[in-house]
Amino acid sequence: MTPEINLTRDPAHIRHGSNIGQPLTRTDGVLKVTGKARYAADNHPPGMLYAVIATSCIARGRVKSLDVAAAKRHPGVVDVMTHSHKPELAEDPDAKGNPFAFRMELLQSDEVRYANQAIAVVIAETLEAATEGAALLSPRFQVEIARVGLDAGEPYAPPVVGIGNPAEVVHGDIDAGLAAASKLTDATYETPAQYHNAMEPHAIVAVWDGDKLYIDTPSQGMAIAQGRLAGLLGIPPGNIHINSPFLGGGFGSKGLVSGPQVLGIMAAKLVGRPVKLVLRRSQMYGPVGHRPPTRQRLRIGTNDDGTLTALDHHARITTSSFDDFYEPAADASHTLYASPAIRTAHEAVRVDTGTPLFMRAPGEATGSIALESAMDEAAFACGIDPLEFRLTNYAEVEPTTGKPFSSKALRQCYAKGAERFGWARRPLQPRQMRDENGFLVGWGMGTATFPALMFQGNARAVIRADGRGVMESGAHDMGQGAWTALTQISADSLGLELDQMTFRAGTSDLPDAGIAGGSAHTATVGAAIHNAGAAVIARLAELATSDERSPLFGAGNAGVIARAGRLHRRDDDARSESYADILARAGLAEIEASGTGAADPAAQSQYAMHSHGVVFAEVKVDPELGQIRATRLVGAFAAGRIINPLMVQSQLRGGMIWGISFALHEEAVIDRRSGRILNANLAEYHVPVNADVPPMDVITVDEHDPHVNALGIKGVGEIGITGSAGAVANAVWHATGIRVRRFPIRIEEVVMGLAG
Amino acid sequence: MMNFDYVRPANVADAIAAASEQGSTYLASGTNLLDLMKGGISRPSRLVDVTRLPGLDRVEHLSDGALRIGALVRNADLAHDAEFARVYPAVAEALLSGASAQLRNAATVGGNLMQRTRCAYFYDVASACNRRWPGAGCDALKGENRLHAVLGWSEGCIATHPSDFCVPLVALDAVVEIEGRSGRRELPLEVLHRLPGDTPDRETALEPGDLIVALRLPAAAKDFAAHARYIKVRERTSYAFAVASAAAALRIENGTIGEARLALGGVAAKPWRACEAEQVLAGKSPDASLYREAARAALADARPSGNNAFKIELAQRIVVRALTLAAAGTPARISALPGSPFSSVAGA
Ligand SMILES: Cc1cc2nc3c(=O)[nH]c(=O)nc-3n(C[C@H](O)[C@H](O)[C@H](O)COP(=O)(O)OP(=O)(O)OC[C@H]3O[C@@H](n4cnc5c(N)ncnc54)[C@H](O)[C@@H]3O)c2cc1C
Ligand code: SF4
Repeated sequence: MTPEINLTRDPAHIRHGSNIGQPLTRTDGVLKVTGKARYAADNHPPGMLYAVIATSCIARGRVKSLDVAAAKRHPGVVDVMTHSHKPELAEDPDAKGNPFAFRMELLQSDEVRYANQAIAVVIAETLEAATEGAALLSPRFQVEIARVGLDAGEPYAPPVVGIGNPAEVVHGDIDAGLAAASKLTDATYETPAQYHNAMEPHAIVAVWDGDKLYIDTPSQGMAIAQGRLAGLLGIPPGNIHINSPFLGGGFGSKGLVSGPQVLGIMAAKLVGRPVKLVLRRSQMYGPVGHRPPTRQRLRIGTNDDGTLTALDHHARITTSSFDDFYEPAADASHTLYASPAIRTAHEAVRVDTGTPLFMRAPGEATGSIALESAMDEAAFACGIDPLEFRLTNYAEVEPTTGKPFSSKALRQCYAKGAERFGWARRPLQPRQMRDENGFLVGWGMGTATFPALMFQGNARAVIRADGRGVMESGAHDMGQGAWTALTQISADSLGLELDQMTFRAGTSDLPDAGIAGGSAHTATVGAAIHNAGAAVIARLAELATSDERSPLFGAGNAGVIARAGRLHRRDDDARSESYADILARAGLAEIEASGTGAADPAAQSQYAMHSHGVVFAEVKVDPELGQIRATRLVGAFAAGRIINPLMVQSQLRGGMIWGISFALHEEAVIDRRSGRILNANLAEYHVPVNADVPPMDVITVDEHDPHVNALGIKGVGEIGITGSAGAVANAVWHATGIRVRRFPIRIEEVVMGLAG
Repeated sequence: MMNFDYVRPANVADAIAAASEQGSTYLASGTNLLDLMKGGISRPSRLVDVTRLPGLDRVEHLSDGALRIGALVRNADLAHDAEFARVYPAVAEALLSGASAQLRNAATVGGNLMQRTRCAYFYDVASACNRRWPGAGCDALKGENRLHAVLGWSEGCIATHPSDFCVPLVALDAVVEIEGRSGRRELPLEVLHRLPGDTPDRETALEPGDLIVALRLPAAAKDFAAHARYIKVRERTSYAFAVASAAAALRIENGTIGEARLALGGVAAKPWRACEAEQVLAGKSPDASLYREAARAALADARPSGNNAFKIELAQRIVVRALTLAAAGTPARISALPGSPFSSVAGA
C-alpha cells in the first residue's frame, strides 16, 4: 500500500492519493459476470447483415474459379464480395507505409499466400445463409507446392528483427570467448508455431453513414487502426469512430487492425447496410498473426569457476512469403547475463503462412525458453547449482550496452523466490527425487525479463463545478484490468476519491492513448493521466492562490496539496478550499487540461530499463508412462511500482500459465504437404486446462524506479511467460534426466527415454 | 450451414422409418455430429432427433442380473450414479476421464458409442480420406500420424476410435441392443465397430435406420467390481483424448487371477479387446512379470502405422499399470482426476 505518490519531478503543487497500490477488484467486473458488458459482436444495428469469409484450403497458388452464382442462388444471400467485385480501396493493402503497416489480404488479387486466407466474403440476411453461401462457392485452385517449416527454403539475414532492432548484435570477441572456455555447452532448441487464441474471435460490426464510418471492433490500438483504415478507405481518420470498450483477450493479435476486420468494413460499403463479420475459431489461424517457429542454437562458454566467457545465441525463424516480421528470439540474450562476449544473430526462412506478428512476449518468450534451458545445461556441465550459476553471471550493467539499469531488484527476486520455493534443498543431479507415490519430481528455474517500454499516449482531465473529476483517454482494456488501474491513477492524479470521479476509455473519440502492447499501456497512459491531472490541479491552484477571497491566496510559491477534492496549503494544512468552491467563485462550469505520456529520451539513452523476475517450478513425471504435470510454481518479480496488486498478480499468473503451456502443451500442427493447420480448434490446440494449473505463488518485490516514467511503472503483461517456460522444461530434465530440446515436450520423448 | 430437415419422431418405429431414408442421420445431443456438420464432414439432408424418444433414458436391473442402460442416458448421469460406479468402477472412471464436464452432461450413451474418429485429416475436408470418401486415399498415412493406430489398421485407414467409455465396456462383454427395419437384434459391442480393411468408410455394423436403443452389461460384469481400473495417458491432465488407454478388470480368488479382462483404447479403429493377454493372466498369481508378459501378448501384433512406434511401448506400460492398479483393488471412490496416472499410486 502506498499512502502517497512520490512524485519524481516534484512540482510546486502536489497531489496526495491513496488509490494507487490498492488491490481493487475490477471496475468492470460486475458488467462482465452479469453479461452486461457489450463486446463487439454483441451489437446488432437495425438492418444489419452477416458476412462470412470463405477461406483458401491451399497455402500457395491462385483462385481459378468461384461459383458465385451458386452462392447467390442460396436463399438469404445478398451479395458475394470477390477479387473482381468489391469496393475500391484508396491504398494498396500491400503498401508499406510505416513499420506497423503489415500487408493484408483484402481480395486485391486471386493470389493465395497461405491456408485460411480470405478469398471471398458472402453477405446474407442470416449467419447460416452466409455460411452456406461460403460453402457453395466451391473454389477451384491452381496449386503450387507449399513451403512449410524451418527448412523450407534458403535462410537469409533479415534486415531488422522485431520493430527496428538489428538482426545481429555483437559485443566483445565471441570466437575468442568460445576458444577460451574450459567448458562449452552447444545445444539446439526448437519451438513451434503458436496462435494467440484469444477467447473472443476478431469481430467487427461496421456501419457507414456517407463517408463516416462507425465500427464496433476489439482493438488494442484504436488510433493506429484509424490511421490505417483512413489510408485504405480514403477518408479522414476523424471520420472513423471505433468503439472498443471490452476485449475478450488480444495478446497482440488485436494490436493492429487485421485483414478480416477491414473486409467487414468493405462488405458494409458494398451492400450499403450495416454488416457484422465474426471470424470462426479456425479462421483465426492465419490472418491475425502468430508466433513463428524457431530453431535456436546456443553456445555457452564457461570458465572452471562457472563465469561465462561467451554467449552465442543464433535463431532461425520463419516469416511469411510476402511480408517482413522477424521474431527477435535471440535478443533475449542481450540483457540477462554478464559475459565478455555476446553475439545474437537471426536468420529467416520464407514459408507459406500468414505473417507472424507480435504475440505476448514476442522474442522474449521463444528466446527465453532456449536461453534458460541452455543456462541450465551449462550450469550442470560446470557442476554448479543453476541459481548460483546465474548469480555468478549476474549482470550489474546491461551486458551488450554497458548501461546501468534504471533499477534491478533481480537479486532480491532470486532470494525471495528461492526461499519461498525451498530451492536450497534441490539436489544437483537429476532423477534424485520421488514423491510418496513414486512419481519422479524435478525442480527447475528460469530468469524472467522484459523491457520496460513507453509509447506515446494522451489524456484529458476535467474538474467539474460540483467538484467531481472526469478523466478521458482512448485506452484499451483487453481484460488485463487497465480500466481499473487507470481509474486508480486518475483519482490520485486529481486528488480525488474513486467515487468522486469518472474514467472514460475504449473509444477512438477520446484522446489517442497509443497502443496497448509491449506491456507499456499502464505506464504510458498512466503517465499521460498523471500529467493531465497535474495540469488541471495547477490551473485550479492558480485560480485559488491568485484570488484574495480564497484561503489559499498567496500560497503560490509554497504550493498546495490536492487531496480528496480540496486544495490545502502545503505549509498550513488547515487552510484549504474545495474544488467546487474554487470553480464556483471563478464562475467556471469546469476546468480542463491535457497531458501526454511518452518516453524520456535522455533517461533512455542513459539507462537500460527492464522488468526482472525468476520462476521456480516443480513438475512430477510418471516414471513409466511419461505423463508430466507441473505441480508448483513460485514466481518473484520486480516490475517497478505496482498500481494494483490484484491485477498484477493476475497478469503474472496468466503469464506463468502461458509458460507452462509453452513448455508442455501449445503447438500448431502443420501438414508439411498442404501447409494447412491440422488442429485449428480449441479441442486439439492444447492450452493448459484448470487441472494443468498448479498452485502458484507470486511475489512482487518493491522497486522504486525514478527513471522509467513519472509513476515508476515497468509493466507486467508479458514478463510472466519468460522464465516460466524454461523453469518447467528444466524441471522436467531434473525429474527425469532426459533433456528434451523440442517444445512442447512430447510424451514420446519422455516415454522412450524412461527405462520402463 | 446447408438447409436440412429436422424431425422429432414420437416413437422408435417412426424414428427408424425416418432414418432409413437416404441422407438421414440420427441426432442425439449433437456434441460430435454438429461439429461434423459445421465442418462440412457430415452433410445430412435430414436429422432425426432421438433425444425425446420415450423410454430410452432409463437404467434397468434385469432379472438375469444384467444391467440395461438406455441409449439416451447421459454420460455424466451414468458415471455419477454411485451404485453404478461401485459395481462397474472402470466404466465410470472411463466416462469421467472423457471430454469435459459440459460435454459429459450432454453426451448420450448411444452417441458416445457412435462417435467418429478424431483423425485430423478426417476433419479436414480438403484432405484425402478413405473414411469420408471411399477410394480417395489416406493423407494420414504419410502425414501427421504420431497418435494414429498401431493395431488392426490397414493401408486404407490408420485412424483410431476415440471413445474412452467403450474400452471397459468391451472388456466386460457389453452387448448393444438395436432396433432396425427388420426388428430388434443385438450385437456384442466387440463387433459394433469394424476394422478398416478395404472399406474404412463402413465404420460400424449398423445398417441404415438402425437405432441403438440400449447397452447391456451381462451379469458376469459384476464379478470384477473389486478389481477394475481405467488408465488413460493424455497430453494434458484433463480434457484431451487418449494417446493410449487400458481397462483392466480382474476376478481374484484366493490370491489367484480367476479371470482377467483387458482392453485398450486409442490404439485401433475399435476398442481393442486383448484376449490373448487375458489368457496369459488367467489362473496365475498376480505379479509384475506376469503383467509384462500379458502386455507383450496384448501388443504382439502391433506395428507402427507412421511416426508412432512409441505408442506400442507406451500401451504396454499402460497395460502393466492398469493391471497393477486393478490387482491392488478398486479405490473406495473415483479420484478427482479419473483415469489419470496422477490419480493413482505409481507402480514403481
Ligand atoms: C472437445 C471434445 C472433446 C471430447 N473428448 C472426449 C474424450 O476425451 N473421450 C471420449 O470418449 N469422448 C470425447 N468426446 C466425444 C464425446 O464423448 C462425444 O461427442 C459424445 O459422446 C457424443 O454423444 P452425443 O449424444 O452428443 O452424440 P451425437 O453427436 O448426437 O451423435 C454422434 C453420432 O452417433 C450417432 N448416434 C447418436 N445416437 C445414436 C443412437 N442411439 N443410435 C445410433 N446412432 C446414434 C449420430 O448419428 C452421430 O453419428 C469429446 C468431444 C468433444 C467435442
Ligand atoms: S486415417 Fe482414416 S480417417 Fe484418417 S485420413 Fe486416413 S482414411 Fe481418413
